[in-house]
Amino acid sequence: MHLKYESQLREPLVMGNKDFHQVTEDIVRPIEAKPSKLWYIGFYIAVALLLFGIYSIYRDVTYGIGQWNLNKTIGWGWDITNFVWWVGIGHAGTLISAILLLFRQGWRTGVNRAAEAMTIFAVMCAGQFPIWHMGRVWMAFFVLPYPNTRGPLWVNFNSPLLWDVFAISTYFTVSLLFWYSGLIPDLATVRDRAFTKLRKKLYGIASFGWTGSTKHWQRHESLSLVLAGLSTPLVLSVHTIVSFDFATSVVPGWHTTIFPPYFVAGAIFSGFAMVQSLMVIIRKVFNMEEYITLGHIEAMNKIIVLTGSIVGIAYLTELFMGWYSQNKYEGYTFWYSRAYLFSPYGWSYWGMMACNVLSPQIFWFRKMRRNVFVTFFMSVIVNIGMWFERFVIIVTSLYRDYLPSSWSVYYSPTIWEIGFYLGTFGLFFTCFFLFAKYFPVIAVAEIKYVLKTSGEGFKNKMDKIEEQPLDTFIHDNAHAH
Amino acid sequence: MAKKKFVVGCFDEEAVLFPAVKKVRTAGYKIHDVYTPFAVHGLDHALGLRETSLHTAGFIYGITGTSTALGSISWILVKDWPLNFGGKPNFSLPAWIPITFELTVLFAAVGMVLTFCYLCQLAPFVKKHHFHPRATDDLFVMVIECTEKTNVDDLQAFLSSAGAIETDVQVAEEGWWLGTYDKEETTFENSNPVVA
Repeated sequence: MHLKYESQLREPLVMGNKDFHQVTEDIVRPIEAKPSKLWYIGFYIAVALLLFGIYSIYRDVTYGIGQWNLNKTIGWGWDITNFVWWVGIGHAGTLISAILLLFRQGWRTGVNRAAEAMTIFAVMCAGQFPIWHMGRVWMAFFVLPYPNTRGPLWVNFNSPLLWDVFAISTYFTVSLLFWYSGLIPDLATVRDRAFTKLRKKLYGIASFGWTGSTKHWQRHESLSLVLAGLSTPLVLSVHTIVSFDFATSVVPGWHTTIFPPYFVAGAIFSGFAMVQSLMVIIRKVFNMEEYITLGHIEAMNKIIVLTGSIVGIAYLTELFMGWYSQNKYEGYTFWYSRAYLFSPYGWSYWGMMACNVLSPQIFWFRKMRRNVFVTFFMSVIVNIGMWFERFVIIVTSLYRDYLPSSWSVYYSPTIWEIGFYLGTFGLFFTCFFLFAKYFPVIAVAEIKYVLKTSGEGFKNKMDKIEEQPLDTFIHDNAHAH
Repeated sequence: MAKKKFVVGCFDEEAVLFPAVKKVRTAGYKIHDVYTPFAVHGLDHALGLRETSLHTAGFIYGITGTSTALGSISWILVKDWPLNFGGKPNFSLPAWIPITFELTVLFAAVGMVLTFCYLCQLAPFVKKHHFHPRATDDLFVMVIECTEKTNVDDLQAFLSSAGAIETDVQVAEEGWWLGTYDKEETTFENSNPVVA
């Protein structure tokens, strides 16, 4: 049994003087209560967006990809921009739950469950784009390697696009398993407080008959630790592989070795921004300010300013290499198509620079990091900036290629391309609203685990321990062995 | 499954639970299990449970994934349908690393979760006897299995003296079943939902 002591200097992770039962009450109450009006309004807007998205996809499938404004030169446009954007957002959840678990960051407990859910929904949205971009979507299973009657004709295992199929599907599966295995004990908590037979039954099914046996907890801990260890390189690999989709090509602007770390940093950057947007809303709507504290928000803002600056260095490195390589095509892409403000897409490059590199620098100030409004505003700005980044990478590299005769006309999306994108917002928020209504948005058992070391009520008593001589401290705490 | 008789003691403090576990075990009683609302570190050692081997299973599943990926890709691209990619060797290992890695992780994760569910006998629709509804809320519930020699009253008094806030005798089936929870297990004093 580890020592129940944590320095007074560390900020409490759970505010207020709470006991275990109070934690259960606070977190489970929103699930048991009727949802507020705001929830219904938000949910209906999300469903409306989803329906519009479904109609856009219906048009895409019925009339073909011609419904979109993709053309000969710009074969990837909004669709792949949105794909990379959503996958990037989907990186924060597993990062919080896996990497921060391995780094023993206690604050992850307040936000990990909702962040993991967000990850799963974001990856679901991301997966839509390559699938519907296939056009003849009923052939989608051709990307799977299975013995077939066409030769058998196999998929190309040397292709980054196939690596992506494996990476995204593995990432989705592992994130889902990680999330759900963590949810089982919390669903059992909800089941054991159920006040109607139906709730008892449904949460009974969902919680797999969990009892809280010591042996089960021991295995559960081992499972979480190993899944965290597996997910850590997995998270890094997924966006690395997404960046390979571009980096292994010979298109100027894509063919760079800096892409994997640059994409991973960008993914963490946008993912944390999305977590911030959702957390700021959740803590307000569900009265969870005592669990998702300003300390949590500050910690995530620190990561945002760090990764934003890494991304900024990557942008500058690219510009430098565009000049230093003395390659005419690279120079044209980086210094004309992107960095020259008055080139056709110069606005997107400078929008990206302003949103991703300049504005997050505000988080060097503690006051700003701990300001909820600034945080929410910045989280939206960062996600807009990261959308610009993907648009810049894809469109400014493609719209003018080696032959001026095949330079494209100005690309702007059709309503159905935009509708598809809005539809994924609908999917994302529909799922998230349902999650927030029917599942505990904070990991109940994990909060209880850190409560006695990091809860405000318990921390206040620790100054007595700090005054104790070492011998007494060891004596008092060693009996458990 | 045969029904057995259990004595149940509920504790509300880890600091009381640990010495109590020690006392009960020293007195020679067989602790069936301790049900806790969260993972109490060190409790498995205090109960004398052995370390889990789940991570070893995970490793085996992982290398199964590695060899599945390498085996099938090399068979497909070298033996079954060799293609000429610009004169490059058919056995192009570096290009296979990403998929090999992904399958390693996938096999390890899926295998471990399934093994975890099997070992703990967890699945949808599975029901188990709950000795106390607050075991998933705020109580640490120690369950002691009775033999024909056990004096139930003595044991209950012993548990109370060790710090149990509540004691109880229950006849229950161990293990799991498919079906519904007993009626008396369905209620919890929380019938007033409030609007958030």
